[in-house]
Parts: sequence; C-alpha cells; structure tokens
Amino acid sequence: MAGSTLTIKDLHVAIDGKEILKGVNLEIKGGEIHAIMGPNGTGKSTLSSAIMGHPKYEVTSGSITLDGQNVLEMEVDERARAGLFLAMQYPSEISGVTNADFLRSAINARRGEGNEVSLMKFIRQMDKQMEFLEMDLDMAQRYLNEGFSGGEKKRNEILQLMMLEPKIAILDEIDSGLDIDALKVVSKGVNQMRGEDFGCLIITHYQRLLNYITPDHVHVMMQGRIVTSGGPELAQRLEAEGYEGLKKELGIEDETVEQEA
Amino acid sequence: MTTETKLPFDKGFVSSIAKQNSEPAWFEELRLKALEQLNILPMPRPDKTKIDKWNFTQFDQHTVKSESFSSIEGLPENLKALIDVNAANANLYIQRNQTPAFLSLSEDLKAKGVIFTDLLTAVKEHGDLVKKYYMTQAINADEHRLTALHAALVNGGVFLYVPKNVEITEPIQSVFLHDDANANLFNHVLVVAEDNSSVVYVENYISTVEESAGLVNILTEAIANTNARIQYGAVDHLAKGMTTYVNRRGAAGRDARIEWALGLMNEGDTISDNTTNLLGDGSYGDTKTVTVGRGDQTQNFTTKVVHFGRNTQGNILNHGVVKDSATIIFNGIGKIEHGASKSDSEQTSRVLMLSEKARGDANPGLLIDEDDVMAGHAASVGRVDPVQLYYLMSRGVPKVEAERLVIHGFLAPVVNELPIEKVKEQLVEVIERKVR
Repeated sequence: MAGSTLTIKDLHVAIDGKEILKGVNLEIKGGEIHAIMGPNGTGKSTLSSAIMGHPKYEVTSGSITLDGQNVLEMEVDERARAGLFLAMQYPSEISGVTNADFLRSAINARRGEGNEVSLMKFIRQMDKQMEFLEMDLDMAQRYLNEGFSGGEKKRNEILQLMMLEPKIAILDEIDSGLDIDALKVVSKGVNQMRGEDFGCLIITHYQRLLNYITPDHVHVMMQGRIVTSGGPELAQRLEAEGYEGLKKELGIEDETVEQEA
Repeated sequence: MTTETKLPFDKGFVSSIAKQNSEPAWFEELRLKALEQLNILPMPRPDKTKIDKWNFTQFDQHTVKSESFSSIEGLPENLKALIDVNAANANLYIQRNQTPAFLSLSEDLKAKGVIFTDLLTAVKEHGDLVKKYYMTQAINADEHRLTALHAALVNGGVFLYVPKNVEITEPIQSVFLHDDANANLFNHVLVVAEDNSSVVYVENYISTVEESAGLVNILTEAIANTNARIQYGAVDHLAKGMTTYVNRRGAAGRDARIEWALGLMNEGDTISDNTTNLLGDGSYGDTKTVTVGRGDQTQNFTTKVVHFGRNTQGNILNHGVVKDSATIIFNGIGKIEHGASKSDSEQTSRVLMLSEKARGDANPGLLIDEDDVMAGHAASVGRVDPVQLYYLMSRGVPKVEAERLVIHGFLAPVVNELPIEKVKEQLVEVIERKVR
C-alpha cells in the first residue's frame, strides 16, 4: 500500500480571536520528510496544534484533508486513528497512569474491540523499542511523563511514535532542550520509521536536527505563512545566513504573530 | 432549640441485648452507662456539613438473624470475588448482617497466640484483653452522642489480637456483608498489635441490597503498641439510602506505625472520621483515602493526625472524585501538641469534579502548638484538565476512555496501597461502576 497524503489548503487559524496562520498551503505524502523552519512566534506550533485539533485553536477558514477525508470534522482521537500523530513540544503529565497502560489503551483504541493486542506481544514490542531508544525499561511502569526530564519526555514521544506507527507524523520542536546524545537517539527513532508508508513534518527552530534527519523538503514560515520552500540546501543556507538575510530578500518586516508558549 | 431525640430503645431493651448474648457484667455495664449519657452528649459536628436532619438514631430492628456459611466454596459469588478462595491459609472472618457467618484462622497463627474472632465471642472468651482495650485507649464512649449510641448498641464486629513479637505476613481479612435491607450495623472492630508485632488487616463492608434505610455506626480502634506496625486497609461499599457514621481511629505507641488505605465508596450519606493519635515518640501515621461521590449523596471526611510524641511523622493523602449533584468534603487536620518537637505533619487533599452540579471542598488545617516542627499542606478542587485529555486523545484514545484513565490515575495512589490483590481489584471495579 502506498502512503497517505495530508493536504493543507489556505489554512487560517486563530487563537483567542487573534489570527495566527494566514493562509498555509502544504502537502505531505507518504515517504516524504518535510521540515518547517522559522523564527520563534511565526505560527509553526500553531500549525501542528491545528492539524491535531488542540481545543484552543480555531480554524477560521481553509481545509485539512488526509487522503481526501476532512480532518477538521474529526475529533482529536479520530484524527489519531485516521493515522495522524503529533509529538508534542510539551507533553502532558498524567499521574497514576503508567506509560505501558496508556500505550496499550492507545494501540487497542486503533485496533478496535475484539482485536486487542496480546499482552505478551505488546510487552515484547515495547521492550524492543525502548531498547532501541536507549530508554530505561523501568520507564514502562512509571506514570506517563510524570517527573520525566526534558530528554526523557522527548524520547517517550518517539517511543509512542514507533509503537503507534502513524501514517503522517508531526514532530513539534522535538529537538528543543535536547543534548547531542539525546538528539541522536531521537533522530535514530525517526529515521527507523522512514519508509514509503510514513510521511513526516518536522517543526524546528534550529538546523541542527536536520544534520541527523535529512529532509526532502524545507519550508520557511514567517508571519503565519510559508514564505519560501526548497530542498535540504535551504536549511543550510539559513544556518549560515540566519533568517535576517531571507527577510530582507523577501521584503518582510518584523512582526510576531504567535506568543511564545 | 432542643436536640432531644426520642430513642427507640430504653434500659430494659439494652439489658436484654446483653442478656441474649450472655455478655459479662462489665460489658453490660458499659452499654448501660453509655445509654445513660446518650441524651446529654452532643452530636458530633463535622466541619462544613450540617447533620441535624440526618437520621442516626431511629430504626426498627436492632438485630436480624441470618444463615451462616459452612464453607468458602458455599459462599455467594459476589463474596468469593473478594477473597482468595484458593489460599490454603485463609485468615478470614465473614459477618452476615449481625451473624458471625464464617471464620478461619491458620493453625500457625493460633499457635502463636493470635486471636481473631467475632467481638461478642471475644468479650466472653477473652474478656480481660477486650476490657483492657475496648473503648479505653483510642475511642471513648462519652465523646459524643454517636460514640455513646454505638457503645450502648454494638451488635457485631471483630477482635484481632497480635501478641508481642509476632509478625504476621499474610493479610487477615474481614468481610461485613449487608444483605438484609432491615439490618442496622453497629459494628466494632478492635485491632491490637502488642510490642514489636506487625499485622496487615483488610476489611470490606459490602451491601448486596440495592437500597436500604439501615443505619450504620461503625467504630474501629487500631492500637499499635511499642514498635508495632498495623497496616489497615478498608473498602466500604454500603447501599444507597444508608446513613453512615464511621470512625476509624488509631493509637500509636513509641516507634509504632499505623498506615491506613481506605476506599470509601458508600452510596449513601456518610460522615467519616479517621484520626491517628501519635502518642509515642518516633511514631508514624499514614492515611490514604479515596472516594467517589455520585447521585445526590453528601459525604464528609475528616482525616486527622494528632502528634503527641516527639519526632513523630504524619501523612495524609485524600483524593476524591465527585459527579452528578453529589457533595464531597475533605477536612484534613494536622495537629501538633505542645512538646511534640521535631515532628512533621504533611497533608494533601484533592477533589476532581466531573459535573457542573457536583460540589467539592478540601479544607486543610494545621494546628500547631510547638515551635520546632515541620508542616505542610496542599489542597485543590478542580476539573479534568482539557489539555491532558487532548494529549491522551491525540494518541487515538476516545474521550470517554481518556477521562477514565485520568480518573483512575487520580485515585491510583490509594488503590495501589491496598494489600490484598482481590480487594484492590474489587475497589477498581467499584470505582469503574461509580464513575461511568
């Protein structure tokens, strides 16, 4: 089976009545890795939250479809079961719910009643992926993200990604706050997922992550729009010149549209 | 306004209870003395709940007769679900309404001098021990009208005695079955752990009737003498319509430990008082409580640790979930008496509200009469965090299941403490049914 396609057309998104995204167009296909870069506060995280359906974000116009299905009409959990995944910048902590119990609930929710994963198979799979991500196996029995360090939380997001095997994944600043070793491990996880059936959108502020995960397409977002797109060389140019040169070239004046979270 | 209540019993009636049970004279006297004081003693005053319209005293039948059970195999299924039927050494007491219906205690424990028997048998067969500890060290009959009422009318319960230096590893379990809507429970549990002993005791109060107007007046005394340890687990699940007063109190001697894990799941209006008195230096008290309120029930939980000894440590953790138009009130009290230096009193009470009409209240209280101490408290009343739900749902978990996970997670700190696996499972199942 060929991969899925996520299509975003002329997307406008507001938060508390203030417009953040002002017409975003983007298409991500299975097998492709896209990166969105841009200065802080330009709407990158808003895009990821809007795709997943965060309750605070309001889509005022435009469309998001996954293989032609209208994503905006789906509840958050339906979007996930349709094949979307968002590795969050700030994952919630859920006290009293173990990592393992939660992941099993999530897997079983996808598989549906009567088709639940066997406990043994689940444990084997989870152990395998945790080892791959160089995680302490005890983390399976710890409460979901509770007391996890920044790096542990990010690894845990990638663990969920690998266990749930979505069609299209969005990684929202998965590299922020990571040391180089953790960054390598997280990248290893994402690269492991690469394949025809897997499409990925990486949102990042820094070019550093893209040294480990080579994107097929790079987009630059400023002031709520994608202002330019290119190949991996675009990321390298930004690393060398910063965003200022690009701004000048495109004639963009400074204006922040998104509050730093 | 007069608070005089006409009681449905008199001296002759109370005497006849004692006669019927062939109780020793001292026990009958204790009943009669309590009866005399009844009308002059005030009702207890739980903070933030008015109980003057609640019925704690009017009832028809003091004792109902029930069949006993001849074997574990012969138990009804809903009781079997609570116990480990396969355990060869089950230390188990089952009381059916007022009738002692089943008892087993391992030969090993008997040989070590452990006593485990129904209370009314214990007053006859182990009178000296019961007399020494019954309503003398932890709870007194003349504290208020409901303790006196209890002392006058006690009609069931169990006595567990662990002699010096005996450490019991396997849990001791009581099941108080309420399966007759006419039954009223004046139940008394007395657990005594002598010096250097340790015991794990778990009890279930369970109603199998849908609804009952029965009265419940439960007193528990857990007495841990020097360096003894009592782990006390309980799951209360009494029927809708039953008005409950339950008072579980601990008295800890020097270096003793008392740890409570209480799943308070009654369906009716409930006043619960759980106090641990840290009497001896170096003693330790830990209370964990979970509850779920639903329908239109009102529940008030006072959890208190009183520090008398030096270097004592008291912890309180209360978690409650409330839905429909029910009310839950947590009153956490850490009291450090003058002289209890180097003591530490900590408490946390949290209420999670699942509906608009539900009411929750968490009142922290620290009463400190000594300078050189540590104390801390945290209290919160809130709703399920929408961002948490979003996170769980973003992995494909439907909203209802996501809420279920958050709620179970919220109650887990106490559920996980219950020392009998079967009882833990039952509590999870009760929670499941109540929050659905």
